[in-house]
Amino acid sequence: MTGVNWVALTVVIILFVFVTGVGFAAARWRRAQSMASLDEWGLGGRGFGTFITWFLLGGDLYTAYTFIAVPAAMFATGAVSGFFAVPYTIIVYPIIFVFLPRLWSVSHRHGYVTPADFVEGRHGSRGLGLAVAVTGILATMPYIALQLVGIQAVLEVMGVGGSNNVIAQDLPLFIAFAVLAAYTYSSGLRAPALIAFVKDFLIYLVIIVAVVYIAVKIGFGASFDAAQKKMATINPATGKPTGVFIPPPAQYWAYASLALGSALALFMYPHSITAVLSSRSRNVIRRNAAILPAYSLVLGLLALLGFAAIAAGTKPIGLNGKPNAQLGVPQFFEDSFPSWFAGVAFAAVAIGALVPAAIMSIAAANLFTRNIYRAYFEREVSREKEAQVSKITSLIVKLGALIFVLSLDRQNAINFQLLGGIWILQTFPALVLGLYTRWFHRWALLIGWAVGMVYGTVAAYQQSSAATKHFGSSLDQVPFVGKLGYIALTAFVINLIVAVVLTFVLRAMKSPEGVDQTEPSDYFADEGDPRVQPIDELTADTSKASST
Amino acid sequence: MPAARGVGSLHTEVEVAEPDQTDRERELPPDRRQPLPTGVLVAVALLILAPIVALMWVGSYAQEDPRLWGFPFFYWYQLLWVFIASGCTYLAYRLVHNARRGGGDR
Repeated sequence: MTGVNWVALTVVIILFVFVTGVGFAAARWRRAQSMASLDEWGLGGRGFGTFITWFLLGGDLYTAYTFIAVPAAMFATGAVSGFFAVPYTIIVYPIIFVFLPRLWSVSHRHGYVTPADFVEGRHGSRGLGLAVAVTGILATMPYIALQLVGIQAVLEVMGVGGSNNVIAQDLPLFIAFAVLAAYTYSSGLRAPALIAFVKDFLIYLVIIVAVVYIAVKIGFGASFDAAQKKMATINPATGKPTGVFIPPPAQYWAYASLALGSALALFMYPHSITAVLSSRSRNVIRRNAAILPAYSLVLGLLALLGFAAIAAGTKPIGLNGKPNAQLGVPQFFEDSFPSWFAGVAFAAVAIGALVPAAIMSIAAANLFTRNIYRAYFEREVSREKEAQVSKITSLIVKLGALIFVLSLDRQNAINFQLLGGIWILQTFPALVLGLYTRWFHRWALLIGWAVGMVYGTVAAYQQSSAATKHFGSSLDQVPFVGKLGYIALTAFVINLIVAVVLTFVLRAMKSPEGVDQTEPSDYFADEGDPRVQPIDELTADTSKASST
Repeated sequence: MPAARGVGSLHTEVEVAEPDQTDRERELPPDRRQPLPTGVLVAVALLILAPIVALMWVGSYAQEDPRLWGFPFFYWYQLLWVFIASGCTYLAYRLVHNARRGGGDR
């Protein structure tokens, strides 16, 4: 790999300029009277139908990093670290089918914008709301940073960004992010919603072509055989097999807990909730739970590209001369396809990074505005001011992610994202169980959350691997079970046990309960229901502040 | 494509009604929502649980044979579940939807 691949780079630039235009034009799409509110800027008017929501959620959840990292994991170590993404993204939809319609209803009824808004209102605890908001922001930041890593991977394969000059090396990334920040600022959630159409079209196109290519040129059987051989080979550094082709019984638990833990965590991420709350009705969510698995199929096929790259003998060497599995699939495209089509594939990844990065920065900004700024600094903030605070915060969040990627080692971003998944699952009891019951005491939920966070962080820190001393794996021995399991799920169970036990204790001590702002019928309200529009006259005169 | 609805106005300085303010005080019609019939609930629960149980039970599919178009069983079986799970969730959606409609939801 020498020099810059100009044809591919030109294709990427043309498509990038195109989506930039789309991003700015989005401000006029489904135009509202005023963009100066979080409902418009941060949730796109809360009116997206089934079709738009499908593209938006697909573009949001299946990120560029996923498209790079899952096949890279397959390429490097096989099924347990990579292919669990398939059962994970299958079982997530039956799970959300059950609880997200309730969250949608109560959020529309009360004008909640973030998951932490609901937690605060339901449990009558600003502190618990703050815990959920901070967890959301902490988990989202490294995730945004990893989208940049995805862009870096395709730039590197195209031969861009390798110079020794720091400015020239990172200039393309600066430009991409400055442009992203600008149209997110002006168009809000409408920008990623519209760009998602382009992204998803490109991804589907690329994957169909790639699958046909593998079937004709390499053969699926040959790909699997090559992978099986590689995974069974003993790694001289560790004295163990390179990876896992089909999980042995000792790894069943690891595989299943990774899938379940990730599935439970996915819709705790603020950017997932943001996309869900922008939809028009409960039925939009339920229909999407049935049709979103189309993306899971794409992800499964993409994962298999990692095996195809093994069969094709792909040698992913970074511009620094070191092997880097993250470059495996981009390198496979550059080796196997004409430059212009490799360019389309690279653009799909790069644009695939912009959509989630935009939504994540909006979601993190909304959390800051509603659950930190409004909750603690300006209780009576106007809706215009709220939107303005959020817009500025979205810029800061992106800048933070950029600094994160440029100043820290890439491995750090991956470590933090691993931690992010563990952390975000700890908000599940307050959020999802809160949708069904107020049995849990607010302080028990808060302490359970804290214990889960600490346990998960410490357990993840202690994992070493051949490559890194800490954060080497998201798997650890499960206490009392003795098998390897996903740390996030173990921490979640501990969190839950603490919350249950402390609820009994706090009840017995007659510790004060928070005030619940919701009522049972809120959880069923739907589009067209008078309850969904508690417009100003219904609520303007009330000012029940919650407190911890 | 419909214009954005004016739900944006739903935001207020304080986002909530007083907790002790009931539907009647707000002069809203009483909520007539009935719980789903038991048969429907059981059917929906089974449709939701089926993919989760099937995929969590790794031992039932962690094997190489039989292969299909070169795909080991482990791989094609999980990809097959993408379609089955999607069908189950869609059926669950139809069941809930029809039961709500028949029950005089609104």
